[in-house]
Amino acid sequence: MHTFLYAKPATIAEAVSLLDAHGSDARVLAGGTDLIIKLRDGTLRPAVVVDLKRIGELQPCISEVDGRVSISAAAVMTDIARDSRVRRRFPALVEAASVIGSIQIRNRATLAGNICNASPAADTAPPLLVYAASVIAVGSGGIRRIPINEFFVRSGETTLRRGELVMAVELPVPVRPIGAAHMRRARRRGHDLASVTLCCAVDNAGVTRVAYGSVGPRPVLAVDETGVLADPGAPDYEKAAIFEKMFAGASPSPRSIRASPGYRLAMLRVLGRRALQTAIERLAQGRET
Amino acid sequence: MTETIPIELTVNGRQRALSIAPHDTLLDVLRDDLGLTGTKECCQVGECGACTVIVDGRVVDSCLMLAAEADGTKVTTVEGLANETGLSRLQEAFLDHGAVQCGFCVPGQLMSAHALLSDNKHPTRAEIEEAMAGNLCRCGNYERIIAAILAAADAGGR
Repeated sequence: MHTFLYAKPATIAEAVSLLDAHGSDARVLAGGTDLIIKLRDGTLRPAVVVDLKRIGELQPCISEVDGRVSISAAAVMTDIARDSRVRRRFPALVEAASVIGSIQIRNRATLAGNICNASPAADTAPPLLVYAASVIAVGSGGIRRIPINEFFVRSGETTLRRGELVMAVELPVPVRPIGAAHMRRARRRGHDLASVTLCCAVDNAGVTRVAYGSVGPRPVLAVDETGVLADPGAPDYEKAAIFEKMFAGASPSPRSIRASPGYRLAMLRVLGRRALQTAIERLAQGRET
Repeated sequence: MTETIPIELTVNGRQRALSIAPHDTLLDVLRDDLGLTGTKECCQVGECGACTVIVDGRVVDSCLMLAAEADGTKVTTVEGLANETGLSRLQEAFLDHGAVQCGFCVPGQLMSAHALLSDNKHPTRAEIEEAMAGNLCRCGNYERIIAAILAAADAGGR
């Protein structure tokens, strides 16, 4: 592996100053499950690797304050999938966090790292889009809140500015009852990247939010406010027409190794219908309890 | 010249103080500096699980963790499973059930199974499959590995 300086700042200010000073020559290390692969194969050759895990404010922590659940930068997928508040409020995020890699990966991989890596196939991206999460970023200019839908640009690129790092990801607790589900297709059951990843949520006001990834340069969010998708009695052809509009943002690459564009587009529709059905059922179950 | 970083960690119950390079992985240090070659290097991308060790109670791929990140941690490798009285119950179960063919993946398999049984004394078959999903066996010996883990659980844990 190419060598680099390893920095383990103790404070956010110290980390920000390192990132500011080194710009694109610095890489942030959270869980490292993507970064270390890229360091080893030479895709990335940073001068400095800034490990965030010794920073007090970023220690693994999931908290609920003022109607928001905040997941700190060092919290790993295993923590997220086990957390009772996340399980109760954001079950589709738990489903997504639970299918990433293997247990070995989920014990290291962080939610913040998953979104900063900005893989189009990131499984946590669709639920974060559906739940309207925000990214809390800090830089020398201070702290700013970035709506998750304004965070992703393309594979490996986000709207984080030079010197900024992600402190936390925040999810607003839904004000209305909702039902949500995350689903994916991969080449095999178990340890694989998603060929299609999708999340759907319906609320009791008839709004349906669908987000999907691995079918284009970035994950896409689409919202249906007509009430048709959320209506269990609406005819299938009407729902299909709405899904067609929602999936207009899909543009899978013909060069991708995991699946053909035709397969991905077909499975997008299948997952859309299935996740909608499950979301509607979960909303109904929530009403009963 | 590459800078060196001092780290201290506990490996299989023994305190170790080392001087490592920033780009050394935990796997490199376990094998090359500490001579603990039970932990295997294989895919180097976190897919095969041959390098699985337990860090602070959790299984990790040691090829995807810098040694510098392991400063202050407690690490258990396959060499830490047996004690002075002999192999662990889990290791015996692997032998009894023919769960070792070529053997290359077995240290990683044992670590994942050990961590599972530490958290869950009586896992279901589905829970075993999930816990072991990050450990590939190219001999295809999965059924015997699962049988060994079930037997070790029935026999009262590790």
